Amino acid sequence: MNIITVKNLVKKFGSFTANDNLNFEVRKGEIFGFLGANGAGKTTAIRILCGLSTPTSGEISVAGYNVYTQTEELKKNIGYMSQKFSLYEDLTIYENIELYGGIYGLGLKKIKHRTTELLSNLKMYELKDTLIGKLPLGWKQKLAFSVAMLHEPAIVFLDEPTGGVDPVTRRQFWDLIYEASNSGVTIFVTTHYMDEAEYCDRVTIMNNGIIEALDTPNNLKEKYSAKNMNEVFIKIARPNITH
Amino acid sequence: MKTLIFLIRKEFRQIKRNKVLLPIIFIMPILQLLILVHATTFQIRNVNIGVVDNDKSTTSLNLINTLGASEFFSITAFPAHISEAESMLAKSQIDMIMVIPQNFGSNLVREKQADIQFIPNAINVNFATLAYSYATMVLRSFNIRIITETTPTIMPVQHKVVNIIPRYYFNSEMNYKWYMFPGIMVILITMIGLFLSGLNLVREKEIGTSEQLNVTPIKKHHFILAKLIPFLIIGLLELTLATVLGILVYNVPFEGNFLVLVGFTFIYLFVVLGIGLLISTMANTQQQMMFVAFFVVIIFILLSGIFTPAESMPNWVQKLNVINPIAYFMKVIRMVMLKGSGINNLIHELISMTIYAIIVLSLATFRYRKTS
Repeated sequence: MNIITVKNLVKKFGSFTANDNLNFEVRKGEIFGFLGANGAGKTTAIRILCGLSTPTSGEISVAGYNVYTQTEELKKNIGYMSQKFSLYEDLTIYENIELYGGIYGLGLKKIKHRTTELLSNLKMYELKDTLIGKLPLGWKQKLAFSVAMLHEPAIVFLDEPTGGVDPVTRRQFWDLIYEASNSGVTIFVTTHYMDEAEYCDRVTIMNNGIIEALDTPNNLKEKYSAKNMNEVFIKIARPNITH
Repeated sequence: MKTLIFLIRKEFRQIKRNKVLLPIIFIMPILQLLILVHATTFQIRNVNIGVVDNDKSTTSLNLINTLGASEFFSITAFPAHISEAESMLAKSQIDMIMVIPQNFGSNLVREKQADIQFIPNAINVNFATLAYSYATMVLRSFNIRIITETTPTIMPVQHKVVNIIPRYYFNSEMNYKWYMFPGIMVILITMIGLFLSGLNLVREKEIGTSEQLNVTPIKKHHFILAKLIPFLIIGLLELTLATVLGILVYNVPFEGNFLVLVGFTFIYLFVVLGIGLLISTMANTQQQMMFVAFFVVIIFILLSGIFTPAESMPNWVQKLNVINPIAYFMKVIRMVMLKGSGINNLIHELISMTIYAIIVLSLATFRYRKTS
């Protein structure tokens, strides 16, 4: 069953075409990797799917909602973690969770319950009264992910969640993603770390606003006769570079 | 409603933790009120006069002494020639030249009239006009004395004069501080309202937290109200603080009802906070917001009649004040504080401000985009 359907998505900024006729589906419960070099159009597409940006044309439905007309209903059912860290640095961990819980309409009791649950899982419960600004980046990212999961959305969009994070924390971050995926949440993740692409159920590779490939990592490696996703990516994104 | 409480609590937590904001909110107004009220005096004292005395008679000396005895003037130089006096005026060593012509004393006796010349530095027109009119006042008393002393009749001439005895209503002591104090209060409350709310919203855009809010099902009016209410409360606290300061430090007579002022300020704050938010929905950086807000505020303040009465401005300028919230507040705060006006006398302003508030806040909410 498809939870996201994108047909002929076009997004133009003036004369610049950021997304040029994208077509893809995301299946319920899968980890969908959205790969591409910087400026390939990943963030533009993810912002459209989250209802933050209106497409120029195309038929797009996310969790059963139309991205032109039902953005607010759509937003109740998704979580989003942007490229730029965006929890409040001058609020404590608990205060951030309380704020977002309040916005999603969870009651205080539910918020307290979810706080304990999420922070125990991250082994950060005793830090709940620490200002976010004082935490290391990796911890902040894990928290941002948990806050995006706070209201138990059907889909979570992660826009380069592991940018600038050390390999160990990245691994831990992916454990969180697997855990969420196991509980039935659909994960839509953009990255330009090709080792992370191996962890996805299916990946698309974007280049200059166009989807160049969409398949499972294994099929892609076979098709491009590459040892790993890194080679696949280079063959697609920079076809004139030969080894 | 519950969401709104969560959002407002968040704003207060952030304000409380901001090391720069709190001093701005509470110390800046106190300093402004203590300093600026004095800085805007319209009275002039110690006008330095350079006298070019070409007569050097007892009469001219008499005139110079009369002028020098006044609290407004001090005779600081006796340049020998008018050209020397002019160069002193150019260097700002003196503020006004008085030229006494040759034969001033004898002319006064023989022809019963004589001329003298005043040359004030008129870079500041207001200053020059006042200096000149003070000098004329001093001269008039000199004239009367001369007439009585030099008229060679046994029966002095009876002067039929109408005496004017003024009584100044609403500011009986003609205290400029009482006039300026409410004016400075208006500026304060306006600045706090306009800048704090607007900068707060743009800051969220800059650091990216507003995008995280935009991806939630948050209602636009909740978002705008949450940015507005904390600063509305701070603005009213500021009003109270300033009023207390005015009464204690300047003995400003608070003739009206404080609650009437609070009520009007409440509506006024909706307007300025709304303008701040409206500007910030269109700006992408705090810098842009500051620049536009300053531009708007300076125009509004000067048009509002804080220094010079708006009624004496050209007609088309007065028409601009229809859309100038500061002009309404300036008028109302002075009326309530000094005149003791009640709601009955302020109905027009009250209705205008309410309509203004509704328009501005609707525009701000409309302009705030969750989806670009």
